[in-house]
Amino acid sequence: MTWVNDIVQGILLGGYYGIIACGLALMFGVMRIINLAHGDIAVLGAFLIYLLLEHWHTSPFVALLPVLPVMLVLGYLLQRLILQRSLRSGVLTPLLATFGISIVIQNVLEQSFGPDVQSLGGDTGSLVTAAWRINSDVSIGALSALIFVAAILIYAALQFFLSRTSAGRRMRAAAEDPDTAELVGIDAPAVYARATAIAVGIATLGGLALALRTTFSSYAGPDQLIFAFEAVVIGGLGASLWGALLGGIVLGIAQTIGAQLNPEWSVISGHIVFLVVLLSPRGGLLTFRTGGGTGPRFAAGRRLLTRPRATS
Amino acid sequence: MSLLELDGLVLRHGLLEAVQGVSLEMAEGEVLALIGANGAGKTTLLRGIAGAHRPTSGSIVFDGVEVTRTPAHERVRAGIALVPEGRRLFAGLTVEENLLVATSRVRRGGWDVESVLEALPLLKPLRHRRAGTLSGGEQQATAIGRALVTNPRLLLIDELSLGLSPAAVDLVYAALRSVIGDGMAVLLVDQDFTRAAGISDRLVCMLEGRFVLEGKGSELTRDEITRAYFGLRGHGATAA
Repeated sequence: MTWVNDIVQGILLGGYYGIIACGLALMFGVMRIINLAHGDIAVLGAFLIYLLLEHWHTSPFVALLPVLPVMLVLGYLLQRLILQRSLRSGVLTPLLATFGISIVIQNVLEQSFGPDVQSLGGDTGSLVTAAWRINSDVSIGALSALIFVAAILIYAALQFFLSRTSAGRRMRAAAEDPDTAELVGIDAPAVYARATAIAVGIATLGGLALALRTTFSSYAGPDQLIFAFEAVVIGGLGASLWGALLGGIVLGIAQTIGAQLNPEWSVISGHIVFLVVLLSPRGGLLTFRTGGGTGPRFAAGRRLLTRPRATS
Repeated sequence: MSLLELDGLVLRHGLLEAVQGVSLEMAEGEVLALIGANGAGKTTLLRGIAGAHRPTSGSIVFDGVEVTRTPAHERVRAGIALVPEGRRLFAGLTVEENLLVATSRVRRGGWDVESVLEALPLLKPLRHRRAGTLSGGEQQATAIGRALVTNPRLLLIDELSLGLSPAAVDLVYAALRSVIGDGMAVLLVDQDFTRAAGISDRLVCMLEGRFVLEGKGSELTRDEITRAYFGLRGHGATAA
């Protein structure tokens, strides 16, 4: 029965990975930018919430409310001022730009907050310790459940935005073909900036989830990036919106089962599942959906190589 | 006053000067056919007018306002729409969504998604199909519809019949005929110059980046057009 508990805990952990992966998948799907600073942006969001909590003694969820708009604006500016320019010079430049931003964020955080490990779990009262006992083996922590539900809501909201709203349709059009999008009246750079703002906003939620469920420090970003990246790849490289959440759940289950076999195997078993999926002929759980399906889809990862070019 | 004025327009691809100082005036409601061999610079010229290709020099004045440096999405709002070569539909979006994305920030006018679907009835049963699953003719009709919903005053169409079956060509020309009107000017590029000339008021032939022949389709002889098209000189050329 401990296996059942492992799987349940893995699914719940997958909710966290799903949140962290969501923004990464969005930016890759819409702009083909692999944002290496994604984990650091999440940690930055966590530190901003931490900063507010040092001055006001309130709940982290209340502190999120002013931090979220700040992060949305930061995301918008990040795209407008840095990434949009770097996109003009090929696929490699944005990658290097985000790598640089990652280092800058880590160092600024260390300068501002020091190297200490922090956690916001203590600021939520009983949320961290509360749990529902299902039976003698399985119990569900309130915080894990909350994070999982938040993940589902985030993905559902994003799906609704992309498939039902006119701004979402413009985002899908600009993701498929920014050149043609411009020709039908879509300001593609503005749409891209909005996508990055949303991605950074969701990363902030991921940062809060991280800060609540465990500890974080100035250099916690790259680890989160790796988990997010693995979730995105396992889920099929942006081929489907929900793929990243599913990838996160697979990663979470792999880690909890690995930890059950041997406490040291937790992270490595996640990496092994990632490598197996990467090496499998299909290269991702949901990539088979690129030919059909009904949900809103981002451009498939493979399209990176066959992106339509302007003709003479 | 003319609707579109090009003056000494130069468009380059790196070192290649694809359009070499072209000047052109188009009146409101005029239908102009632009013909020329592959590589003559037709597509580049259309993309330049639409704003997808930045000119090296020269000017583009649309409705009395200089738009030479205006980004493409703002030119759409001013009333310039391009049906690009190869349709370039958003394959993952449905026909209806392809039309809807083009309506977001555009001029008000007679066209909206419903009236376009009325005017192009073949699209009606397809409105919820993904654009990537349509046939070439259906895609071309969708691409025309997508340009129309922006209520253009100048509709640029690149390679209307390229890659379509003969039946589909009839279809898209019939579709085009049914939507021309209300003072909308059309600049049509097509390899099939008899058809293009048949629908247009004026014909311009482009060769190696320049205009080499201009006139009413009915007044130009087939021989004149052929010589201009292939860049042949003298009378011996008729054998070609």
